[in-house]
Amino acid sequence: MAIKQISVFLENSPGKLDEMTKILADAGITLRALSLAETKDFGIVRIIVDNVIETATILKEHAYISSMTPVVAVMVPDIAGGLNKVLAALTSASVNLEYMYSALAGGKGGNAYMILRVEDIKKAEKALRSAGFRLVEKFPD
Amino acid sequence: MEKYYQQEVECATPEIMRGIQNEKLLKQVKHVWDNVPYYRKKMEEKGVTPDDIHSIDDLHKLPFLSKKDLRDAYPYGLLGKPLKDCVRIHSTSGTTGKRVVAFYTQHDIDLWEDCCARAIMAAGGTDEDVCQVSYGYGLFTGGAGLDGGSHKVGCLTVPTSSGNTDRQIMFIRDLQASIICCTPSYAAYLGERMKEMGLGPDDIPLKAGIFGAEAWSEEMRQDIQKTMGIKAYDIYGLTELSGPGVSFECSEQNGMHVNEDHFIPEIIDPDTEEILPVGSEGELVFTALDKEAFPMIRYRTRDICSLSREKCSCGRTLIKMAKPKGRSDDMLIIRGVNVFPSQIETVLLNLGYAANYQIIVGRVNNTDTLDVHVEMTPEMFTDNLGEINRRQKELVDSLKSMLGIKANVKLVAPKTIARSEGKAVRVIDNRKI
Repeated sequence: MAIKQISVFLENSPGKLDEMTKILADAGITLRALSLAETKDFGIVRIIVDNVIETATILKEHAYISSMTPVVAVMVPDIAGGLNKVLAALTSASVNLEYMYSALAGGKGGNAYMILRVEDIKKAEKALRSAGFRLVEKFPD
Repeated sequence: MEKYYQQEVECATPEIMRGIQNEKLLKQVKHVWDNVPYYRKKMEEKGVTPDDIHSIDDLHKLPFLSKKDLRDAYPYGLLGKPLKDCVRIHSTSGTTGKRVVAFYTQHDIDLWEDCCARAIMAAGGTDEDVCQVSYGYGLFTGGAGLDGGSHKVGCLTVPTSSGNTDRQIMFIRDLQASIICCTPSYAAYLGERMKEMGLGPDDIPLKAGIFGAEAWSEEMRQDIQKTMGIKAYDIYGLTELSGPGVSFECSEQNGMHVNEDHFIPEIIDPDTEEILPVGSEGELVFTALDKEAFPMIRYRTRDICSLSREKCSCGRTLIKMAKPKGRSDDMLIIRGVNVFPSQIETVLLNLGYAANYQIIVGRVNNTDTLDVHVEMTPEMFTDNLGEINRRQKELVDSLKSMLGIKANVKLVAPKTIARSEGKAVRVIDNRKI
């Protein structure tokens, strides 16, 4: 149930993210989630898209360096304490969280989506499912 | 079975070689004394006449020529033949000052092409081979020299010159080119492009490459050999001495045989000008024995290397010179420390980065700064920021231990460092001194 996140190497200078998202926009790719991790010189842009292969190919054609990383996308009730319940489920299963960020797409019926990068995906999925959370593969349009 | 272009000299006994050199040197000194007033004056200042030169043992009595002499005598001051006997010029890129313009008679071109032919045969070339010459043609000596050598060997010569990489690859594949001649940085770029096109070593018909005109590291050789599935041979030369082919590598790939019947090498201490024994490292000096139009005697190359008389398994008895550490022109003095770009390249390739880098030297508050820009590669990229930082620190530490000074490393996006079709621009020195 893990989904593939695309991580892209970008130089940390004005216009670089603009350039990349323009290429994706021109190709009609919808971003479902995005997060930036940066250092002084460069950054890693992490994105979730519907068509992973197509996106990776387009990026490669434009000389971007990217890699794919399995992540878990989980639906979280958009209420106070919603996220905490997700984290509590992971803690009780001793799953280490490397990073996480929220999806751009909101879910129906007051739900949000969180993208989680964990050390042990299988364990995380099991823990989240048994705590009653829904894991998603596709985001609603 | 080793093949030679001119076995009688390439494998000559020391006595025979000495005989050839003695005879040619005496003739050459007389030629220069009679025809090059600029050098005659230098000899007179040193109190030497051709009568003082009886054999190559007297070479040390002759004055040196330096790049400064070439500039002072520009353009005709060192000419040894009337212009009507000259048939061509070549010229340096002029990156370190005024261009050097070298003149050639037909005889000079013939000898030069022989030297290149020896290099091609040492790389396994025969008249059965298709030899693609991807060095630039024109004022630069690379294209003309290897082109001439390829003709002499009898290869089918493909004179693509440099540039238009996709067309280069098309010719290599369509005409089944087996030997390619170009700069090592362009070879690396060709390899990179072939990889992008999905071509593996087995899809590339090339078996050998003859690469020169710039300093390159052993690690870069391994990389090129692996990517293209070839054996990569080094070739050395200078426009002042004719061009590529002054020395060349054989199958041993550990040093270049100097064409001693045309060029006598010496190693000197660059500061004291004292001649150093074989095996010591120092500045390489060449005496061209039979060049007519542009006769260089004891020309200081500013290249730092050593010579070796060890027996070579290829059968050639020609003395070997080690790959120059770098031209002293390329050497940077940063915070008082000597830095060669080739040292930085070695570190990069050792750690798995590609040879796409640029060295930027600057000065802030009267202190030199050293920045190395390195392109990120798919192999080195990971989603894990901590891991990238760890690798970057490893690179900084390795550079520090190699160079003795700290360099700032900046990882840049692929294809942002300009690729060169000729000599790569590795260093940008922004210091205004």
